[in-house]
Amino acid sequence: MNPLNVLAALGARALWLLTSLGHASLFFVELVRHTPAALRRFDLSLVQIHAIGNLSLVIIVTSGASVGGVLALQAYYALDRYGAAESVGLLVALSLLRELGPVLTALLFAGRAGTSLTAEIGLMKAGEQLAAMEIMAVDPRSRVLAPRFLAGIISMPLLSAIFSAVGVAGGYVVAVKLIGIDSAAFWSQMQDGVDVFKDVGNGVVKTIVFGVASTFVALYIGYESDATPEGVAQATTRTVVISSVSVLILDFLLTSLMFSTRP
Amino acid sequence: MEKRNVETLVGVFVVLGALALVFLSLKAANLASFSFDSTYSVTARFDNVGGLKIRAPVKSAGVTIGRIKSISFDDKNFQGVVKLELDRHYQFPTDTSAKILTSGLLGDQYIGLEPGADDKSLQPGDSIKLTQSAVVLEDLIGKALYGKAAESGGRQREGAK
Repeated sequence: MNPLNVLAALGARALWLLTSLGHASLFFVELVRHTPAALRRFDLSLVQIHAIGNLSLVIIVTSGASVGGVLALQAYYALDRYGAAESVGLLVALSLLRELGPVLTALLFAGRAGTSLTAEIGLMKAGEQLAAMEIMAVDPRSRVLAPRFLAGIISMPLLSAIFSAVGVAGGYVVAVKLIGIDSAAFWSQMQDGVDVFKDVGNGVVKTIVFGVASTFVALYIGYESDATPEGVAQATTRTVVISSVSVLILDFLLTSLMFSTRP
Repeated sequence: MEKRNVETLVGVFVVLGALALVFLSLKAANLASFSFDSTYSVTARFDNVGGLKIRAPVKSAGVTIGRIKSISFDDKNFQGVVKLELDRHYQFPTDTSAKILTSGLLGDQYIGLEPGADDKSLQPGDSIKLTQSAVVLEDLIGKALYGKAAESGGRQREGAK
């Protein structure tokens, strides 16, 4: 173990990390720059919204209902000890709207839509479709990447809203129908405690940020993947890992900004 | 045909998402209540606003008839200046008094308005003259302890006589 080699390797790794970050930032700028083109050819984006959004509905709805139900169940056991069982609705709604809705939707989105994006772009690169487009003077960034970016940004808030709404409905079914909490108390406690701008609004802002982040990560990793089957496979796993970690870190940053109690 | 199918499905998806958002705003949050009725502003000055927060309710007879718009500090009189937004449907006489009350024992604080007997009503921009500040728990405890100490001190002196 030559210590100089280790240091050299460390230095090389650090430099690689910095270059990747720079490369990724430039890629992000290019994505944003080509988004107006995606708006002009909206039919391309429409197909992508279908692929990313509609086809994710099944997993989002089932996960939302389950998470809402589980939250209601666990919340009831905890709150009943303090005689606050009627606040179950409030707890379920706040948890979903502020945190679980955006974050879980983003993680599921990264897993389902993110990997499909990465694999698709990676395979296009492996099959030389992107190079062929460039030869035909069609910019692959406007034709292939920007519509998917736009579709991701549009789909995420919608999916998250559906997740939270189904979650609240699941919580209602468990709390009111199964456990037997008073329905009026359930809804009125929730309506008193949830603020449209602070909770629902901040949740929407979070989903937009997460949508941008996870779609960007998926597209970048797909675009930069090795043009081989193994390269594409590695790229899909890397997408899930990096998207998920970024979403969770961003969630912490956004929560500390949005929900701080400073006046 | 294939394209129409895709467009319809995406349209349904967007509508579902929008409906979910509307459901959340109306049923889960407080959009349906109060927020967009027309209101008028009045101010009230307190020596201590306690734990009053912006958007806390303003109630009269227990019914919410307004919200707190802003809380600021006046460094000429060293008082807290609270701006209230009241529902335009309800008029209050000019000698209305404003108290800072707590919902429950340790709950959130809100402003309670008790109407006076004047003929004239509060106009937008008017100031409520009669105010009662928040009860500060520490002052109450201090008073109770001081009262207890004074009482036992008096009894001791009587016993020693």
